[in-house]
Amino acid sequence: MAGKKQIIAIGLNHKTAPVEVRERLAFSREDTAKVLQAMGENPYVDEIALFSTCNRVEFLLTSDDPVQAEEAVKDFMAEYKATPRHIFEEALYIRKGDEATKHIFCVASSLDSMVVGEPQILGQIKDSYAEACEHGSCGVILNRLMHRSFSVAKRVRTETGIGDHAVSISYAAVELGRKIFGELEGKAVLLLGAGEMAELAVEHLVNQKARPIYVANRTFERGVELADRFRGTAIRFEEVRDYLEEVDIVISSTGATDYVLVRKDFKGLMRSRKNRPLFFIDIAVPRDIDPEINKISNVYVYDIDDLKNAIQENIEERNRAATKGERIVDAAVIQFRNWFKGLDVVPTIVSLREKAEQIRQKELKKTFSSLPTLSEEDRSAIDKLTSSLVNKMLHDPTLFLKTNANCNDKALYIEMARRLFNLDGSNGPE
Amino acid sequence: MDLVFGFTIACYIISSLGYQGYILFQKRPVYRISSIFLWVGFVCHTGVLIGKYVQTGYIPVHSLHDTLSTFGWAVIGVFLILQIRFHLMVLGALVAPLASLAVIISSILPRPPIELAPFVQDLWRTLHMATLVLGNAAFAIACLVSILYLIQEKAIKGKNQGFFFRRLPSLKLLDSTGYASLIVGFPLLTFGIISGVIYAQTVRGRFWSWDPKEIFAVITWLVYAALLHERLAVGWQGRRAALMTIIGFLVLLFTFFLFFRG
Repeated sequence: MAGKKQIIAIGLNHKTAPVEVRERLAFSREDTAKVLQAMGENPYVDEIALFSTCNRVEFLLTSDDPVQAEEAVKDFMAEYKATPRHIFEEALYIRKGDEATKHIFCVASSLDSMVVGEPQILGQIKDSYAEACEHGSCGVILNRLMHRSFSVAKRVRTETGIGDHAVSISYAAVELGRKIFGELEGKAVLLLGAGEMAELAVEHLVNQKARPIYVANRTFERGVELADRFRGTAIRFEEVRDYLEEVDIVISSTGATDYVLVRKDFKGLMRSRKNRPLFFIDIAVPRDIDPEINKISNVYVYDIDDLKNAIQENIEERNRAATKGERIVDAAVIQFRNWFKGLDVVPTIVSLREKAEQIRQKELKKTFSSLPTLSEEDRSAIDKLTSSLVNKMLHDPTLFLKTNANCNDKALYIEMARRLFNLDGSNGPE
Repeated sequence: MDLVFGFTIACYIISSLGYQGYILFQKRPVYRISSIFLWVGFVCHTGVLIGKYVQTGYIPVHSLHDTLSTFGWAVIGVFLILQIRFHLMVLGALVAPLASLAVIISSILPRPPIELAPFVQDLWRTLHMATLVLGNAAFAIACLVSILYLIQEKAIKGKNQGFFFRRLPSLKLLDSTGYASLIVGFPLLTFGIISGVIYAQTVRGRFWSWDPKEIFAVITWLVYAALLHERLAVGWQGRRAALMTIIGFLVLLFTFFLFFRG
């Protein structure tokens, strides 16, 4: 039996499913086309969109029969991905109505991401939505829902500053560098050793136009290789002390068991540097740079734990922003609910009649006040006339809405009627 | 005139509160409104000072009342000029209250009648006071920037990326703003002291009388001279330079009030 139309979000993400499950169920772009095609033909599914990223798989759909639609999606996933249901069923969450609206708003706003506030998710959702639009699988409800979620995401980003402040170690190093040097342009960088995180940090610095880049490695050949990558110069490890006079930022990541630089290496150094600040980023474990060096004036030493702490504070900052973001989302959910509720036959007819009655009363008042000589009888005759005029005019639209109340395109008709008579207050889609 | 002066004070106070609000909540509109109030206050203040000049024929630097008012005006002026080059948005939170304080104190101080002096004597006195007031304003800004520097430096050294770390600008910007203020202030101070010595000669017939006031004026000059020398020759910068700038200003303040106590 067809019930009331509902929005349903079915999916799994990094919080509910381990990566083994997520990778098994991820849908590629080509898959998506087939999925939308196949699910669109399902009698229980009305509108549908699919979002699949490395951290989540989400089906967003509308249906008159949520239970059946839910089963259909599960069956489809099991079949299409050749994965028994029990493997992923535990990890699935199913949200309906307001919960589903809230969920999709949160996802788009990056409040549900692994790294809260990361900016990629909105782009991914937009792409997937464009895909669904291409296949014509989105209707009135999902179109409205998706556009709302984009504007909510934008509001959350600009109003809470959720995307501000670095949350990766290599980027935190760059942010710190900026707080010390202002501009990083033209700041000389020395890379000691090698390593993924250290190289990433150098890359970030190069992107900020830091140069020249020097690379010192125990094996000179490896150093030359790395230097080529950053268009820098390889130097010998024994020369490091001399280059300390020139460079501004040192990123250290060697496998040495002892400190590579100790306090006595700095005797006279700051004087010959004319006290220009020097920033050490020590990513190595065990540490390369003696922490005592941090006590020297205008020298700053950050080790891996310090950087982690710096990020931790930024993460907490983001979480506070996320709380603010949720308030924006909650308000948007209520707004959407009001629109969605209106998307039914009865409320549409009610507001149609209310609007007509309002117009009738207003016009009557105008007419009566410009014709003060009218008798009581005349007035009641005019009143009757207008009333039956309105009733006759609204009879066919009302009947049309009622008879189409159970067909599949109901939402479309209602939305059309609401727009035609401008029942939501403003003309135009937004 | 008093009404305009009152309005100026009100503008400065609103602007001060606004800048504090900006530091707390980091909302651009708050900053912009505070800036507008500061500009309006500054323009009115300029009007007040010009009015005084027209009325009396003297640049208003002869009593503590006038000097403090002119000092407040100069601090804001130096700040607004620096703002064009350095965009130190948070500095307003210190500068505006300082200027407010100066004008508030000025407004409650007695306004003694101006003692007329022969033309040449008055010329030197006016030059002496005016350059010193401007120089003091520059040094006051240098001191405030140095305070911000020390706070930010402590946050970075202490690995405490909290409230101030986020809100304060880079060490480099703070350091160079402080340096720029010193470079503006020093020639003014030097000229102020020289003209003061000449003024003393016109009054007392002696250039130098080993008065504690005079000795302190020279000490102040030496402190700043040493600081600038170190900065230029050895490249002194950072924490030590900031501390020295603050100490210099404290000595300067002491000397300033020594003179007005008579």
